[in-house]
Amino acid sequence: MKTETKTDKSIEIDREESNFHFDVDYKHDAGRGLDEETIDFISNVKKEDQWIREFRQRALKVFNKKEMPTHWASKDLNSINFDEIRYYLSAGEAPKRSWEDVPDEMKETFERLGIPEKERKFLAGVEAQFDSEAAYSNVKDAVSEQGVIFVNSSEGLAEHADIFKKWFGKVIPTGDNKFSALNSAVFSGGSFIYVPPGVKVKHPLQAYFRINAEQFGQFERTLIIVDEGAELTYMEGCTAPKFETNTLHSAVVELVAMKNAKIQYITVQNWSANVFNLVTKRGLAHEGAEVRWIDCNIGSRLTMKYPGVIMKGEGARGEVISIALANDGQHQDTGAKMIHAADNTSSNVVSKSISVGEGRSTYRGHVHIPKHLKGCKNNTECDALLINSKSRTDTYPAVTVRGNQHSTQHEASVSQVSEEQIFYMKQRGLSEAEAMSLSVNGFVNDLVREFPMEYSVELKRLIDLEMEGSVG
Amino acid sequence: MSSLEIVNLHANINGTEILKGLNLNVPQGEVHAIMGPNGSGKSTLAKVMAGHEDYEVTGGDVLLNGKSLLEMEVDERSKAGLFLAFQYPAEIPGVSNANFLRAARQARLPEGEEIDAVAFYKEIYDKMDQLGMDRKFTGRSVNEGFSGGEKKRNEVLQMMMLEPAYAVLDETDSGLDIDALKIVAEGVNAMRSQDRGFLVITHYQRLLDYIVPDHVHVLNDGQIIRSGSKDLALELEEKGYDWLKEENLVKS
Repeated sequence: MKTETKTDKSIEIDREESNFHFDVDYKHDAGRGLDEETIDFISNVKKEDQWIREFRQRALKVFNKKEMPTHWASKDLNSINFDEIRYYLSAGEAPKRSWEDVPDEMKETFERLGIPEKERKFLAGVEAQFDSEAAYSNVKDAVSEQGVIFVNSSEGLAEHADIFKKWFGKVIPTGDNKFSALNSAVFSGGSFIYVPPGVKVKHPLQAYFRINAEQFGQFERTLIIVDEGAELTYMEGCTAPKFETNTLHSAVVELVAMKNAKIQYITVQNWSANVFNLVTKRGLAHEGAEVRWIDCNIGSRLTMKYPGVIMKGEGARGEVISIALANDGQHQDTGAKMIHAADNTSSNVVSKSISVGEGRSTYRGHVHIPKHLKGCKNNTECDALLINSKSRTDTYPAVTVRGNQHSTQHEASVSQVSEEQIFYMKQRGLSEAEAMSLSVNGFVNDLVREFPMEYSVELKRLIDLEMEGSVG
Repeated sequence: MSSLEIVNLHANINGTEILKGLNLNVPQGEVHAIMGPNGSGKSTLAKVMAGHEDYEVTGGDVLLNGKSLLEMEVDERSKAGLFLAFQYPAEIPGVSNANFLRAARQARLPEGEEIDAVAFYKEIYDKMDQLGMDRKFTGRSVNEGFSGGEKKRNEVLQMMMLEPAYAVLDETDSGLDIDALKIVAEGVNAMRSQDRGFLVITHYQRLLDYIVPDHVHVLNDGQIIRSGSKDLALELEEKGYDWLKEENLVKS
């Protein structure tokens, strides 16, 4: 009996939980709009070296030069007014190692989101970012004693410049796309992680990205290097309060898995419906290494995200497992990029999308296997579930396979929760929302199992909430 | 004391009237069979009682314990004690039988209460044993890839787990071989009790050899045209529906 009461309560809190914000007195505010001075402002606050200042200024030029990709992507991108956005907001304090020292409003924010509790329960380390900078960052002693570095990007830049510089911007070059250029110009926060050779980090490291301010852009930059034979699971969560105005979240995440290393990167995002979420994520897998993206996209107005893996070394493996739920007024434009660049590399993409009401889901895949390679494999499955006739789903799988020594497989399906299914479940006593929820959870069930337990529970709850909201 | 009364029920689908003033009373503890030729309105009656939205009720009422079912949502009717064993049960991919039944049981509890998982599994296994179902069924998706017989057995399992006040069995015998039919009938017979009523809808007399009804009604063109004891079913088997249809024409 007790458990159910607790669950109910946490569901109630959960719905309102992420929808709140504090009026924070930001010490550093770069103001609205973006030009060279904005970037100088950020660099000055961060007391950055010349090379990174120049890197940012170059990136700004690339950003300004690049067209919006509206010729293939949603025209809704034109609704972003870059002159209205605030690009840097921080309280001007270094991230704290103890929750005690975190300023009250930020501490309360993360407490309401349950971060310290999760940290105690099952995480090896946590970084909690509030707008532009981390408010809290700590890694358990046992993990840091193994030589694992887990800090924010500014600290990584300042204190671990040798490793940082070697890989920064190498997996995702500034000019990859307009939004990677934007991130390269104004990035702040995000994680820098280094795992030394042979170290297998048992528990996940987690970052939580919280947007608090209105008309704000969050541009975290994450760089993770896992050295030879080492293993890491990293999880990120994201939320923002619901505002009338638009919020921009544009991250760049670069992963480097050295020989025989394994990286698993898990995202559970639950953005409010005013967020443009335009994220570039890519991993580089060396010989025998494995990079897995497990990605769950709930919420946002428009998400564009196509996690990729470049399989550079022989026998490298790449995987993208993604769940996207598009509710009314939302567009989830997601997919995967698998670039095979060595023999005997294999990749797997499993994508499931759910479109509810007027929600729209798009899958874009890109699998590239060049002619000179042999023994490469790709498996792609994308399944779409439509909850009513107004929903829309599109699939654009691009598979370029040259040569004949490879094996690729592609399956796609579109299914619908039928009225007969819902009637059947209701006849057994389930409400319409419960019936929908059960169907949707059933549809993604096999993928949810890939998430660590704590996250699969959260995911299921988020799906329940979305379905409850959509039935009204 | 529970009761099920169908009073002068009229219902349409796509503007065509199917039920044309149907009256039926199923007292507590009794098993009533409804027989009738194809197109007489048997399945329509089952779906209208359960609240399928394709059907429009244009008159009359269905009262469960004196309360109008027609005023209730589909799930409320279920929770009020009405169970429909479907002729064609829906498949629900990815949702296991156990989870589905748990959700259905959970929906019947007051808010804040949670079912006891251990007791639940003990109960479901007991009932599956009775129905000769392999325990692996709990982990399989609801009805997905089930044979006709497995689907019907699953309907009876759900009925046993939900313990309704009244169960409507819609052509439960269709698609069953004789062995499966016997097992399903045994399950239903085990559920017969002083405080539970059944409405058994069937085209053939065969099922009634195993589920012996207290009363038999013949449905034709949306109305009950004849009621009688279980012998009426045998008579129908022998003479066919046309015999009654003609007789009815003569009467009117």
